[in-house]
Formats: sequence, C-alpha cells, structure tokens
Amino acid sequence: MTETNGNALIKLEDLKVYYDLGGGGLLDRITGGSGERRIVKAVDGVSFDILKGETLGLVGESGCGKSTLGKALLRLTEITGGRAMYKGSDIAHLSGRELREKRKDLQMIFQDPYASLNPRMTVGNIIGEPIRTFKLADSKSAVEERVKEVMETVGLSRRFIKRYPHEFSGGQRQRIGIARALAVDPEFIVADEPISALDVSIQAQIMNLMKELQQEKHLTYLFISHDLRAVRHVSDRVAVMYLGEIVELAEGKSIYEEPLHPYSKALISAVPVPDPEIEEKRERIILEGDVPSPINPPSGCHFHTRCPYAIEECKKIEPQLVEIKPRHFAACIRISPEHPRIEDVARE
Amino acid sequence: MNRLFFIGIVLAAVFIFTAMFAPFIAPYDPVQPFDYYDTQLQREVTLKNEYPSAEHWFGTDALGRDVFSRLVYGARVSLFVGITVVLIAGIIGTIIGAIAGFYGGWLDNVLSGYVFNVFLAFPGLLLAIAIVAFLSGTNPSPTDRMRHLIIAMCITGWVGYARVMRGQVLKVREYDFVQAARALGASNLRQLFVHILPNAIQPLIVQASLAMAGAVLAEASLSFLGLGLPPPSPTWGTMIDEARGIDTLTNATHNLLFPGIALAMTVMAFNFIGDGLREYLDPKQRSR
Repeated sequence: MTETNGNALIKLEDLKVYYDLGGGGLLDRITGGSGERRIVKAVDGVSFDILKGETLGLVGESGCGKSTLGKALLRLTEITGGRAMYKGSDIAHLSGRELREKRKDLQMIFQDPYASLNPRMTVGNIIGEPIRTFKLADSKSAVEERVKEVMETVGLSRRFIKRYPHEFSGGQRQRIGIARALAVDPEFIVADEPISALDVSIQAQIMNLMKELQQEKHLTYLFISHDLRAVRHVSDRVAVMYLGEIVELAEGKSIYEEPLHPYSKALISAVPVPDPEIEEKRERIILEGDVPSPINPPSGCHFHTRCPYAIEECKKIEPQLVEIKPRHFAACIRISPEHPRIEDVARE
Repeated sequence: MNRLFFIGIVLAAVFIFTAMFAPFIAPYDPVQPFDYYDTQLQREVTLKNEYPSAEHWFGTDALGRDVFSRLVYGARVSLFVGITVVLIAGIIGTIIGAIAGFYGGWLDNVLSGYVFNVFLAFPGLLLAIAIVAFLSGTNPSPTDRMRHLIIAMCITGWVGYARVMRGQVLKVREYDFVQAARALGASNLRQLFVHILPNAIQPLIVQASLAMAGAVLAEASLSFLGLGLPPPSPTWGTMIDEARGIDTLTNATHNLLFPGIALAMTVMAFNFIGDGLREYLDPKQRSR
C-alpha cells in the first residue's frame, strides 16, 4: 500500500499482533478489576514493504512493538490479523511443515548474545543444528565442514568448533549467532537489536560484518534498533514506530535531515552530535509525559496525548501513511503533500 | 564444599551401602527370634526386650529379634521405596509439567489449573492411605504391598515435580536460544528435550533429593499406621509401631530409639544434600 513495487521481498498488510491479558470477565469485576478486557496491541495495523537487498531500519522507543513486529515476521509470535506476504505466501497463515520449510529463508539475529546461545551446546552443535535439521549436508563430516566454513565467513577461527559459548566474548558470541543464522543460507534476516548489548568498539565490527555479508550473500535485513545513529549507518530506508504503528517511513537521508512526523522530529532531535559546538546549539524537542501503555492505547492517532501539535480531530481519526514527499511517507492528518511542514500548518 | 552437604553425602552413602549389603552386615536373621540355651534354666530361652550389649548392639525387641539386624534390613525397604518413588514420580511429574509449560493454552489451563490443584488439595498421607487400603486386600504379600506403597506415593508425589517443572519450562522456553532454535526449524520435541529440559532441570534435582527424604518419611508413616509391609518384614516404621506400647516405651526404650534415629538421620542426610545442591546450583548463593 505504501509502495507498489515489484521488488518487494516482504509485504506487510495491516499486520496486527495482540496479546490478550484476559480480564473483563465476571471474576475480574468481582475482584475490583476495571471490567474491561485488557488487550496489548503490540503491533496495531502495520503496512509496508521490505525491498529485496535493502536494509530497512526500524526505530522506536522500548515497548513500541518493534521487536514483536520482527518476531511476527518469523512467526515466533502468533499474528492476530493482517497479512505478511513472502514470495506469494502469507506467513501469517502458514502451517506446520510449510512454515518450517520457510524458516530456511527467514532468519533472526538476537539482541542478547549471552541468552541466545544454548549454554550446554558446543559452537559446532549450535551452528550445525539448522544444517542437520534441514539436511543441508549429508554426512557428519560434511556438516562439520560446513560449520567451519560459516565460522570463517563471520570471522571466527575454525579451531573454536568444540568450545562452549561461555568461553567467548560478547562480540564473538554475536558472531556465532550470525553464523547460526547464515548456516541455512537465508534470504531475509531480522536483526533484533543486534548491537545494543555490545561494547561500542565491537558494535562497529558487527555492523560492518553484517554489511559485508549483505553484499556477499545478497541478504535483506530488517534492522531493529533504538540506536538511531547505528540505524542511520546501516539502513537504506528507515521506519519509525510508535505504540504499534509506523508513523514515518522514508530513505535514511531524508528522514534524518528532514523528519516530517512530530514524533520522528522529537526522536531524531535526541540524537547527540559528536561535535561539541554543534551539540551545544542543537535544539532538542522534549516530549512531555511517558509512552502510554499499549494496553488499550489512545484512540485516533496514538501519539495525540504527547503531540505538541495535536488538535481535536487527532483523537478521532486514525492517520494512514501518506506519501508526503516522493518516497517519504508519514502518518499524520495535519500534514499533506501541499503542506509538508507541521510547524507551518500549526502557525496558520 | 558446604560442610552439611558433605555430611549428607557421607550419611546417605553409609545408608545406601548398608541397604545394598544387608545380608553381610546384619549379624542375625531379622525375622527369627533369637534363642539361646540358658545353662542355669537348662532350656532354650528367648531374650525379649534385652538392652544393648556386645552380642546385640541395639538390643532385642519384644519378640526377641535383633534390633540392629532389623534396622539393617529395614534400610533396604526405606531406600528402595524412596528411590523408586523419586524416580517414577520424578519422571512422570517432569514430563507432565514440561508438557503443561511448553504447550500452554487450554492444556496448561486444564493441567495446572485443575489437575495439579486437585492433587495438591488432598493431604498426601491421607490419599496414600486410601490408595494402599484400596489396592491391598486383607492379606497382601510383602512384594504386593511394596508395589502398592510405591504406586500410592507416586500418585501423591508427582505433582510436586510437575509444578516446579512447569514453572521452569515457562521461563526457559522464552529464552532467546529456544526462540532461535524454533526460528531454525527445530521440532517441538527437539526444542523441549535438547534446548529446554537440560536448562530447566536443575531445580528438579534439588526437588528430588528433598522428595527422597519425604518419601522415606512417608513410607515410615504408612508402616507406622499399619499399611507398610506386613509383619514380620522389617521396616523402620513397623519397628516404631511395634515399640509404642507403654511397657516397651518405659522398659525397652532402645526399641523405639534406634529406628527413630535411623529414620531421622536418613531424612536429615537427604535434606542436607537437597539444601547443598540448591546452594551449589544457584550461583547467586555461592560464596567464592
């Protein structure tokens, strides 16, 4: 819907992931509950395309649903509604065997390199597991050979094959995680905050490794992060998420230099500039209040409770992503292609 | 290593060794009253309620049987029942708990919401009494009775493991490496047995050693209540039961004292092991 492009590898259409916390029943009312059924709308109607070979950055505050969205794409969490099309089949409705087959193409790199590796398996077994599951090598020695190859691709010595995860540093462990994802030769990788648990010096190494691998193996990434500078460094396009909705989607350069949505403006104004003189003069937009709970989120535009430009209509109308400028989409009812700057609109 | 843990291990090892080699350790037959020829009376006499001596280390009981020999053979019953119950109840409980935790949904609701709670709602000993009474007719053979005891204690005992296991699996299945395995196409069984169970089993080991103490105690309680192995089979609970008459209590206290001490020491040993393991397996409590 946002971009009718034949090049799309993954197409999300009104994707929804809700968690039902229950409540609202008789018992809840007797015990003094609100009497309302509590539903967490972690991802609430998201539509966008991920183009083949690109890195799409997904940014947003903690709890905005970006990780849930990433997991939903791999069906690691159940999809409540909408469609997630990958090569003509809907991931949301794949069942059993079809889904397992697809998992060869869709992989994930996890945030915490300590939690994402089974502490009781050797590196060889961790990386070799998917190779055996999908029978990508037919003999024991062939599996081992393949594991060693993948290890070298990510910059790990093949001598480490018999070691356990706790014998490695954070950066090395993240390389193991990447190797495990690469072992099945996927087409698309969801990288869920792959660098946020690492030291800054290691972050650059891992980002560069991911970039190299992308060129070498023609990978497509969904790069989820709250580190706006990292996203800028690796992404071709960037999507900004707030409370389960995409509020803005554009090429990295234009979203960083000229954010349109009031939330993106605030978010991007918070990125520090590594130059003390500019940093001092830089204007920051401070938002008031906290992110509302995704349990029964605000009506209309989810951002209206904190938006400095909100008007009465914002509480009622759910904004859709609109192409405000060429290939630059924003979901805000107050701006339009004719009047793209919200400051101007608000002044009138 | 923790000192109490060490004591527990040593005690448990002594008891297990005793049980295994009972025929070589026991100086007399545990069932036959001990008769000897009294030269003054010029006839065979049975030494009843005899105090401990060099010949009878722990004395003799009301029927003239050697208390030490009975204790040694009694260790067999206690430990055999204990270990069997822990193994069977542990395996059943672990599997059911793991299934409830892993699959969740309505299955978990039914299992942990109803089944677990129904079993927990009964006082364990009372339920065990009912089951043993129901299974055994009037005159069960010792092996039948032993089987019934084990069945009854497994029925009352598995739910403890199931509850611990369910909680563990609920926690571990959300770990990233389990999600990673799922993303990599690992089957449910593989996720459960390769990734979740090895990382969830630790508290079960603690649970098992504490439950071992509980099982030994429960077996003794059932025997004390007359639901143990039928006489004259030597078990600690039966020995305490036989010694509880006021006459024996006042005049031959050793009949009560020694099985009581043996029981207490066994239970203590396994409790020490359980606590020691808990401390050892929980890195936060480890002081190094």
